[in-house]
Amino acid sequence: MSQPLLKDDLDIVIPTIRSLDFLEMWRPFFQPYHLIIIQDGDPNKEIKVPEGFDYELYNRNDINRILGPKASCISFKDSACRCFGFLISKKKYIFTIDDDCFVAKDPSGKDINVLAQHIQNLLTPSTPFFFNTLYDPFREGADFVRGYPFSMREGVPTALSHGLWLNIPDYDAPTQLVKPLERNTRYVDAVMTIPKGTLFPMCGMNLAFNRELVGPAMYFHLMGDGQPVGRYDDMFCGWCVKVVCDHLNLGVKTGLPYLWHSKASNPFVNLKKEFKGIYWQEEMIPFFQGVTLPKDCTTAEECYIELSKQVKEKLSSIDPYFEKLGDAMVTWIEAWQEYNPPLVAKTADGPVVVKKGGGEPTPKTT
Amino acid sequence: MRTPPALVSLAIDAALLNLPNISDLSSIPEHILLELFLRTLRAGKLTEKSLNLFIATGKEEVLSLIQALNIQHVLTPVLPTTHFDIGNSNLATFRQCETTFYLYFIICLAQTIRTMSQVSIKDDEVDIVIGALHSDLTSFMEDWRQVFSRFHLIIVKDPDLKEELKTSDGFNLDVYTKSDIDRVVGSSSSTILFSGYSCRYFGYLMSRKKYVISVDDDCLPARDNNGVSIDAVAQHITNLATPATPFFFNTLYDPYRKGADFVRGYPFSLRTGVTCALSCGLWLNLADYDAPTQALKPGHRNSRYVDAVLTVPTRAMMPVSGINIGFDRESVGPALLPVLRLAGEGKVRWETVEDIWCGMCVKVVCDHMGLGVKTGLPYVWRKERGDAVESLKKEWEGVKLMEEVVPFFQSVSLSSEAVSAEDCVVEMAAVVKERLGPLDPVFARAADAMVDWINLWKTVAGTRSAA
Repeated sequence: MSQPLLKDDLDIVIPTIRSLDFLEMWRPFFQPYHLIIIQDGDPNKEIKVPEGFDYELYNRNDINRILGPKASCISFKDSACRCFGFLISKKKYIFTIDDDCFVAKDPSGKDINVLAQHIQNLLTPSTPFFFNTLYDPFREGADFVRGYPFSMREGVPTALSHGLWLNIPDYDAPTQLVKPLERNTRYVDAVMTIPKGTLFPMCGMNLAFNRELVGPAMYFHLMGDGQPVGRYDDMFCGWCVKVVCDHLNLGVKTGLPYLWHSKASNPFVNLKKEFKGIYWQEEMIPFFQGVTLPKDCTTAEECYIELSKQVKEKLSSIDPYFEKLGDAMVTWIEAWQEYNPPLVAKTADGPVVVKKGGGEPTPKTT
Repeated sequence: MRTPPALVSLAIDAALLNLPNISDLSSIPEHILLELFLRTLRAGKLTEKSLNLFIATGKEEVLSLIQALNIQHVLTPVLPTTHFDIGNSNLATFRQCETTFYLYFIICLAQTIRTMSQVSIKDDEVDIVIGALHSDLTSFMEDWRQVFSRFHLIIVKDPDLKEELKTSDGFNLDVYTKSDIDRVVGSSSSTILFSGYSCRYFGYLMSRKKYVISVDDDCLPARDNNGVSIDAVAQHITNLATPATPFFFNTLYDPYRKGADFVRGYPFSLRTGVTCALSCGLWLNLADYDAPTQALKPGHRNSRYVDAVLTVPTRAMMPVSGINIGFDRESVGPALLPVLRLAGEGKVRWETVEDIWCGMCVKVVCDHMGLGVKTGLPYVWRKERGDAVESLKKEWEGVKLMEEVVPFFQSVSLSSEAVSAEDCVVEMAAVVKERLGPLDPVFARAADAMVDWINLWKTVAGTRSAA
């Protein structure tokens, strides 16, 4: 396969605080695509982008300038800042990756083209209503098994593709402390849809999604500097986005592609960051498992606004952080709406605002 | 269903264990501090030192409690022997203590959870049940000898098979034929319940062991990606002996496998998992497709070895293939039932749906009773057999029925009075009769058969069920 798919429809978002040297290894796969680099930490530091890449780079000063007071919803000193890249992008698809992730090899020794697999996952349907025991039936060499109802074989659009990691596994601090030498060496040759109604721990290291379908729900929550918790931004986002996908009948896939995760973070530092999260998630999980969204929420935006209300209402009693979080979720949506206005179509009577995701067109004069 | 202990409760127990090593409690939230104080009292571990620790926090509720209980210091004059340097070293010590406290209880927690509830299954707790649809089983048994010979084998001959059954020597074996089935259930019922692939259920009924593993008689041991022959029985046993995790999806699949674990973000209180009651294996070569798919892709063979076992999440339904399974007979035996017989049911897997029906019954029962279902490894190698196009020419009733069956099982809910697998099946039978019965007579018959099956199970298999 020599023709890169979707090179004009996909942006690669990379948060970084250190360096972008890792891009050299990805060059054969990433060079055809546009990169959005979010430079975290000190905005005065210059982070060099290797030659030959087409990119835009934003540091904290840029984020503050562009969003103004709404910049408060974007984390500082945490890779959660990546979601600014999701907001500012104009493409249909996003792939996001951490700067300590490299190209892995499959069992045959071939380099894994992570982007091609994510694209395949996103462009083929998901099957959240009934579990297929041969995993993704749209993969070559697989199919729906006996007993799978034909009416469910069309599947639903895939909104999110969650990839995995070889070498350093994505463990929490207690597990890292108990098993500091464990490495993930098992290549599981499968992609599967996570069933409707099931939550999962979404890792932000190797993720791709359809921005048009779920972009507004891909807010990576307040972490880092000045926040009481860290290493939970992708987790919170994953629970929100799964609830939204389940409500909208969109699919979430997990499994291939693998990449090589090279850097083991300090478990003691991680423990301090995660500590509150470990406690809080015991209450957050039941909340997300029990959340219901009203029928009239038909877009990711509407779902997310509703979710932010319920977060404030039901989780504030755990800690004042959740009150702040609920507000940040609203700020995020406002920023999203500002930078992602609804499509405007031209008619004989003048421009007409067409609401994204369907709905009645409302005549509007500009 | 046992509710797992709350995370906070486990943490407080761990802190209590390590109390002598903690030198500062003031960073602990008050309600947790209070609970820790009460447990320290109950455990008889309130020493002078630990009392001082609690007082030093300055937390109002704790101080009031100490006063209310009239706990007093024992005054002993203490002569100063060391000069404390108030400054950075104390600050560093304080920080270290805070982290140390966190460390202690989380590490204790993590280690405790990993070693909990891993069952060990002995060979004499396992029956291997084979439904014989072919009369000559000798090459089948030779192929599986290395794997099967340690265990007790039950072979049930399809009552419709006319030829004499041929088996290999050197196995600990019990064989059941039509006459045995007639004797136990009466000749009128035997062909209804136990013909064709359903003959194996007679073996489940007659087994006296806790675990049953069953493979179709047209399967051989498969080889993994390294060319090593797979011991399917050992893998099923491992799946059943380790907990399942149905309440939250683990992205690294079965966390109990060597080299894997729960990933970041997996709630600690859910890491003990639940007992695995059903292990569903897969097939290389001829995958378990229905007739239309097989007819459409006649050359299609499953060559992908997916090195994973995973728990099927709660409330997610799936098509359980009877070709290669293992289960906890004591917990869910009654829910594996041979009741959905197609009018044109045949002797090739894609002419049946009995296992799909029973698999969904078992999943509903497991979800209700808080038990787990795993899918994935082990693989078996399935031999070429049958003509899908020929099967297609018959009425493909089974495929049409699935359209009703799946939404039905997705919506079934059982009452809190149903505490055993038998109770669950009886309740389900009533709902099947009421909601599916009117759609097709095959469902009404299935509902009756479910009730008959439970009566049979109670009589023959005894009442050894999980209550």
